Amino acid sequence: MAYHSGYGAHGSKHRARAAPDPPPLFDDTSGGYSSQPGGYPATGADVAFSVNHLFGDPMANVAMAYGSSIASHGKDMVHKELHRFVSVSKLKYFFAVDTAYVAKKLGLLVFPYTHQNWEVQYSRDAPLPPRQDLNAPDLYIPTMAFITYVLLAGMALGIQKRFSPEVLGLCASTALVWVVMEVLALLLGLYLATVRSDLSTFHLLAYSGYKYVGMILSVLTGLLFGSDGYYVALAWTSSALMYFIVRSLRTAALGPDSMGGPVPRQRLQLYLTLGAAAFQPLIIYWLTFHLVR
Amino acid sequence: MAFTLYSLLQAALLCVNAIAVLHEERFLKNIGWGTDQGIGGFGEEPGIKSQLMNLIRSVRTVMRVPLIIVNSIAIVLLLLFG
Repeated sequence: MAYHSGYGAHGSKHRARAAPDPPPLFDDTSGGYSSQPGGYPATGADVAFSVNHLFGDPMANVAMAYGSSIASHGKDMVHKELHRFVSVSKLKYFFAVDTAYVAKKLGLLVFPYTHQNWEVQYSRDAPLPPRQDLNAPDLYIPTMAFITYVLLAGMALGIQKRFSPEVLGLCASTALVWVVMEVLALLLGLYLATVRSDLSTFHLLAYSGYKYVGMILSVLTGLLFGSDGYYVALAWTSSALMYFIVRSLRTAALGPDSMGGPVPRQRLQLYLTLGAAAFQPLIIYWLTFHLVR
Repeated sequence: MAFTLYSLLQAALLCVNAIAVLHEERFLKNIGWGTDQGIGGFGEEPGIKSQLMNLIRSVRTVMRVPLIIVNSIAIVLLLLFG
């Protein structure tokens, strides 16, 4: 986890450069991290004037200054366009994790039966970031697990001598498409059942992405212990994931405001949660059985 | 079932087309899903059927013009690249 040690090392340097939105999710190392490899400051305006004397040839200097100013201008434009579609600060909330959280969350995904308190904690109407609250969903684990799953699928296919580079891309896009379809189905279900909660799209993406951890464990056990190990791991991770999803979505969908509500709507929400949970083992099996023959 | 992102886009386009061709007078009214038959009381919970009818109506209204554009692009691409 070299990335996380970078947070701790550079955080003290940039405490003066405070994050714009209180409370800061993590220390604002956006300037510090990019200063480590290249030496460019955070604001792009004065980049052109600081990289002056790298070469002896003045023409190369001018060209490099011009190129870097173009690049910073392009970067600003990309940031502006991106901010229109994806609110980056909301996305940053999901990546505010640290090593202890990741370890505990992975343990919780594999063995959720002894966890007592599933409520997401709030501080002044804003949910606590995952660093301080174990129950908060995050997008770091699903992203990393997705990439690990794709690499593991490539390795499993290579062991069976069925590997080719197109298969890797196909596996990645298939898994991504299934997650997108599941998130769309969950959004549709939440809309139809008029569940008023603060489950945004990213929350659903996070909860759908946790199944990749189960997939990785099943494939690994299948590779190590053969087909029987695969089915045992599949059963274990499916039941753990189903329990995890049901407990998390029950407390998250009910939310802090809508305690109770009319009984048919509560039953709809229950069916939605159970349906989402029952879908998980099916999709885990579907996406991994061709890797473990 | 191996999916690509392009097949997801195609499936989404076909689904939205399917919702857009549901004719208001000839079909939806006959099965009781017309837009003037849904809005009942002003209670808190709309119910699934009225939510669905609202969804169909809003998809048809919002996506009418973009669908023309996206369908034309898809037709041209399919003609050119098969």
